Amino acid sequence: MSLPVRQEIVISGLGGQGVLFITRILAQAAILKGYPVFTSETHGMAQRGGAVISHLKVGDFASPLIRPSHADGLISLTPETFAMHSNFLKEKAWAVVNGQKKQSDKVLPEAEAKTCFFTQADVLAQKIENARSTNLVLLGYSLQCLSDRFFCDIDDAKQAVDIILSSRFKMQNTALKAINAGYDASMKENKT
Amino acid sequence: MDKRRLMLGNEAIAQGLAEYGCQIATSYPGTPASEILSSVAKLKNKNDLSMHVQWAINEKVAFEIAYAGSMSGLKSAVSMKQVGLNVASDPLMSAAYMGCKGGFLVISADDPGPHSSQTEQDSRMMAMIAKIPVLDPDSPEQARQMIDYGFKLSERFEIPVMIRPVTRVCHTRQDIEPGMICTNPKTPDFEKNPARWAATPKFRFQLHKELEKKLEAISQFPDTEPICRNPETKSKTAVVASGVSGAHCLEIMKESGLFNSISLFTVVQPYPLHQSFITNILSDYEKILVIEETMPVIEMQLADRNKVMGKMTGHTPRVGELLPENVEQIIFEFAGKKYEAESFKPVPGRRPTLCAGCPHRASFFAIKKAARKGIYTSDIGCYTLGLNLKAVDTVLCMGAAISQAAGFYHSYKDEKKRPDIVATMGDSTFFHAGVAALIDAVVQDVRFVLVILDNRTTAMTGNQPTPDSGFGACGEKLNKVDISSLVKGCGVKFVEEGDPYDTRAFTSLMKKAVKYSKETGPAVVISKRPCLLDPAQKKLVQDLPEYEVGDECDGCAYCIDNFECPALILHEEKGGQPSDQADGETDKKASEKKVSIDPVMCSRCGVCVDVCPKKSIREKNQV
Ligand code: SF4
Ligand code: SF4
Repeated sequence: MSLPVRQEIVISGLGGQGVLFITRILAQAAILKGYPVFTSETHGMAQRGGAVISHLKVGDFASPLIRPSHADGLISLTPETFAMHSNFLKEKAWAVVNGQKKQSDKVLPEAEAKTCFFTQADVLAQKIENARSTNLVLLGYSLQCLSDRFFCDIDDAKQAVDIILSSRFKMQNTALKAINAGYDASMKENKT
Repeated sequence: MDKRRLMLGNEAIAQGLAEYGCQIATSYPGTPASEILSSVAKLKNKNDLSMHVQWAINEKVAFEIAYAGSMSGLKSAVSMKQVGLNVASDPLMSAAYMGCKGGFLVISADDPGPHSSQTEQDSRMMAMIAKIPVLDPDSPEQARQMIDYGFKLSERFEIPVMIRPVTRVCHTRQDIEPGMICTNPKTPDFEKNPARWAATPKFRFQLHKELEKKLEAISQFPDTEPICRNPETKSKTAVVASGVSGAHCLEIMKESGLFNSISLFTVVQPYPLHQSFITNILSDYEKILVIEETMPVIEMQLADRNKVMGKMTGHTPRVGELLPENVEQIIFEFAGKKYEAESFKPVPGRRPTLCAGCPHRASFFAIKKAARKGIYTSDIGCYTLGLNLKAVDTVLCMGAAISQAAGFYHSYKDEKKRPDIVATMGDSTFFHAGVAALIDAVVQDVRFVLVILDNRTTAMTGNQPTPDSGFGACGEKLNKVDISSLVKGCGVKFVEEGDPYDTRAFTSLMKKAVKYSKETGPAVVISKRPCLLDPAQKKLVQDLPEYEVGDECDGCAYCIDNFECPALILHEEKGGQPSDQADGETDKKASEKKVSIDPVMCSRCGVCVDVCPKKSIREKNQV
């Protein structure tokens, strides 16, 4: 048996970008894998366009919150919240950011030392004619480029979507399309 | 099969209420408590439960309805946010004396931080004032279980029991295996006993004596005793923590190894603290650190200031949320261990703002035009964000916009130049606490304008219905109370409705109202336009035309500064429309700035068309 799974992931963005939704997908995926899970979310005032952050802890934990320098990874839906929340990352952590690399380099040079991916998920979301699906595109992207670091894979995530959006088939389809688009984009961009 | 489901803390509380036979559940929405009642409503619909589930007009009314349910012998629960408990504190204090019959839970959600509240008050302290027991859950799963022993405690001692989850319980999701929903309702049986249920002061004294006896017994109730997390650890120092702080402590002490050298007690029932626990811990340990949010409730009961450290001794912070990193530092210092953590400068975040196309923004713009340099009192809701537009000067508590407007009027009454006074208040807040204040203002002839921002919903907390919506928590049809008739009934003579999207007409309506308030008496304008998050409104938007910013825009940023719709983006660099550069190189400075509309964010309200003084915003494809 390998070591028990223990992963702490921060997901951040601006209110309305769907941070909560991808957090839920990952948490549901954790349940599908049989792991205990905690997520902690931002509700209320900040959801009105302010910075929103979710903590996701998969494995044996008691506290729902992640301490600075403890997160294994960070998924940010804007470079702005990446700069705000990268202090959660520990040494050799990973990050996936929606945005252009050039812009974010200025913001956070030390990010380079970690495993850092930048991609324009928002542009891709518009290309697949679902501008509001940046969150799902970035999720699909993360699950490809960091497949060896995640507690779950894209199939778990898709199954989680099925459960969360049970019987809302149209929404399921568009969500799956967006996740796939992100996944494929990463395959192309990060070919070695 | 894996039966675990991902449940929000508030859903877990609702699940507990349905599992343990709650028959009356009431609430008034407020972050972080709102999803408790909406989840109960979903469970009722799904399982066809015989249960009364309702959003009440305010927390006091919600409390009294649920309390009478308990007097009838039914298990009942009222839920609210901590400041809501202030509103319900009147019945709470009395109900503690009279006690209850069916299990009665007062669920009051605290918000250390604060994340979405006016105060960081500690509801456990309110439980102490009322003299009722309070349970402090550390996770969604524990919150669900607490419903069970909360009801047991309540029925056994005939006393209301408070459950005090904090934001980090309410808005945490956890994998939980749900139990069986209770489907055998009790029949109500109200036993008349005026000496108890309508006690005069003389009997109240008796009831107070009985209450003290109950508390003494409760402080020996085995089910809610503090739990020692590491009985195998032998130590002279101990950490005592309650609620989510206890969860942080457990994880941090395990990770750091301190779990093997310091005893950890997690407190389930912070008040009344178990007598045997107080005696034992004070005799067995030399140093005791208490970690709790947000007031020293446990610390006060461990009355040995030489041994016990916490907020009163300055060892733990008295304000703000106890984040795990704070807890880690406190425990390390207590253990005499070096705390090595990088300190980070917080990166300033973006301030919250009203949604693009929010009708409130349009109302505020008109208000500022009609009453320049006025005093703008406002209230609790999304529209508090009118702050950004400088159209909100005061926010105190639910309903205060009207009474504060009156106070300002009385203060300035004899001045030569009286400022215009405009109060803004949402429809739900008006019902909650505005009506009485308005009657008072009419009686006193307060010269002000009240703008009721009627968006048909309680938007901030997730669009719960209001008394004017015509439906209830479970989607059932209900009677409606019309705001305009209500205002007229309060005695206001000037009552007019308008659509804030119709900028020009609405601005002149506002001007008319301000004039009336100066010359004649109080005026009320009802600004009617559904919240954008209202599904009906969402459908409407699809058929509206798109808008664009034309070349007339010189980047003056008037719209950004005075209207701040998040869909209006100011491009500081040449980013606006690079292709335009060719034809007008004359004024280089001006061409560097330009506003554009983000088509994804824009909800096509068209209000900005009238905001731009250069008339540069227009419908797309218009010639
Ligand atoms: S039409 Fe104008 S004011 Fe309305 S949402 Fe779009 S940009 Fe904002
Ligand atoms: S759109 Fe109008 S108000 Fe806004 S910056 Fe351009 S010219 Fe000024």
